[in-house]
Amino acid sequence: MRVEVCDVRFGYGASGPEVLHGVSLAAEPGTLHGVIGPNGSGKSTLLRVIGGVARPSSGSVFLGGQDIGGLSPRQAAQLVAAVGASEAVIFPFTVEETVLMGRSPHLRFLASETALDVAKAREAMERTGVAHLAERRITALSSGERQRVLIARALAQEPRVLLLDEPTAHLDVNFQVEIMELTQALAHESGITTIAVLHDLNLAGRYCDRITMLSSGQVAACGTPGEVLTEEHLLDVYGVRAIVGRRPELDRPAVFVISGSPRHGARHGGHDGCGKPGGRCEGGMPSGVDDIE
Amino acid sequence: MLAVVAWSASAGTAGIPTSLALRIIVSRIPIVGRALASWLESWSRSAPIDQSVLESAEIIVLEVRLPRIVLGLLVGAGLATTGASFQGLFRNPLADPYIIGASSGAALGASIGILSAGRAGLAALSLSAPSSYIPIFAFVGAVITVIFVYALSTVDGHIPTDTFLLAGVVVGSFVWAVVSFLMVTAGEDLPKVVMWLMGSLSAKSWAHVRMTAPYVLAGTVVLTALGRDFNLAACGEESARYMGLDVERFKRVVILLGSLITAAAVSSSGLIGFVGLVVPHIARMMIGPDHRSLIPVSALGGAVFMVVADTLARVIIPPREVPVGVITAMAGAPFFFYLLRLRKKG
Repeated sequence: MRVEVCDVRFGYGASGPEVLHGVSLAAEPGTLHGVIGPNGSGKSTLLRVIGGVARPSSGSVFLGGQDIGGLSPRQAAQLVAAVGASEAVIFPFTVEETVLMGRSPHLRFLASETALDVAKAREAMERTGVAHLAERRITALSSGERQRVLIARALAQEPRVLLLDEPTAHLDVNFQVEIMELTQALAHESGITTIAVLHDLNLAGRYCDRITMLSSGQVAACGTPGEVLTEEHLLDVYGVRAIVGRRPELDRPAVFVISGSPRHGARHGGHDGCGKPGGRCEGGMPSGVDDIE
Repeated sequence: MLAVVAWSASAGTAGIPTSLALRIIVSRIPIVGRALASWLESWSRSAPIDQSVLESAEIIVLEVRLPRIVLGLLVGAGLATTGASFQGLFRNPLADPYIIGASSGAALGASIGILSAGRAGLAALSLSAPSSYIPIFAFVGAVITVIFVYALSTVDGHIPTDTFLLAGVVVGSFVWAVVSFLMVTAGEDLPKVVMWLMGSLSAKSWAHVRMTAPYVLAGTVVLTALGRDFNLAACGEESARYMGLDVERFKRVVILLGSLITAAAVSSSGLIGFVGLVVPHIARMMIGPDHRSLIPVSALGGAVFMVVADTLARVIIPPREVPVGVITAMAGAPFFFYLLRLRKKG
């Protein structure tokens, strides 16, 4: 299902500062679309707008030509599923109970899950490799396992569009690769349009089919990883000097950050309401630098 | 639950045997009651009972003890249901039915009611009279306070959970201060106010039951029906929304129902603590966090726990009564600790 974001503006609260200043984006079915940008550039907000959780003050989001603003939460949940950045897990549901919750948008009021729902949950658990954990409490899992359980829950929704907000945050390298490979497979093999907010530029460069780079609530660049991850863009948007090379094993960009560049400041933050390109540095160095390995 | 009811109906200073109490109760069940009662009579093979003894026992059981037991069941079920619901909704293990200001509002309403009754010299309308209008004062006080908290924390049509809890606590403190102020000026009515605040199920009539029952029964049924939505909400608001739950509407419904249940429970029995906080935890430890079963089990557990506690409150140092809130905390806290320890080991 094609996702089309058309000139979306969004601000938190009626009088709050605008976070997105007219963002457009198009994600094709069966592709993995990355969204990158410094902290506060509006990545997560964009994801919430695409999922219909945040309503844009102007502009629209179309899922397969259908305006998501016209859908009820339940209808939207039958098309879009999401895995949040780090939602604290408080209640000790079992893995299977958690994944079964993904069936909710397909169930009627008061209806309980049928054998078919259980089978679909089981399938989702097998897809993400957590079927052997079915009876475990989700509170007792490691971060990597938990992330795969939450992806399984999203898959149980049978979505056409999958939104991932920093799916590799707080994970070790092996789990990062595991999650990204799973994500890529879901997009390419299952044909789910997948949009992922990513911190790690090299993961984004390696796995995404297309990338949108945000800067202070505007699109700074979009295209293939090679087109977006350039030394100029990194300097302009993140305010870091970097060398962009090629990965040794496949034709993808690899980013090596050399240093922060205080004289050429990043326009991160976006909370000052300044939407002009080439704006001033308001808040020191972007912390996104730490995430580049 | 039946066993607890029978035990509670017979325990006490009047010396009514359990079998007789049970017989009197079942004889009032429509249609099958008579047959059941005579079957019980033959089964217990007790000596024939003198008619006058039977009559006085009937009055004690039916007019004094049974309404108290039924009210206890309702109040316990209502508080535990609301506690389980709020803990799930707010994703906060410390949430209880009183967290959103219903308790302080009810206390204020009741204090005003008691004091104005005292001022007006309406002794007949005092706290323990069956036709007491104190519950109505308390109910109105609770509802107004929750509405105030709700309005205070609404931002752009949303209710941020943290703001809501904070507003509940702040408004609650303010209202408590007003209650304290009233108590200072209460004079000879002070003991009545204090007794009300401590919470008790003593001297309750069917009128109290009738006032409380609709809210608790309807509320518990609806909250149980929303079990799956509670599970989604327990995963976090944003996750719940992505799974198709209209979170804001759900919050409004739960807050409304929880407040009405709490107001109804508090207004008829005063502030009985601990049940709403701990019973849901105990239920969760025993059967897990699935709200579809957690809420009804909490309701049942709260009902039984409350009647047991209240019966103990009646019989522990006869003829005096201990406020039931003292019993719920004294009995409940060690049990809860025991369960916590047990779970740590396991």
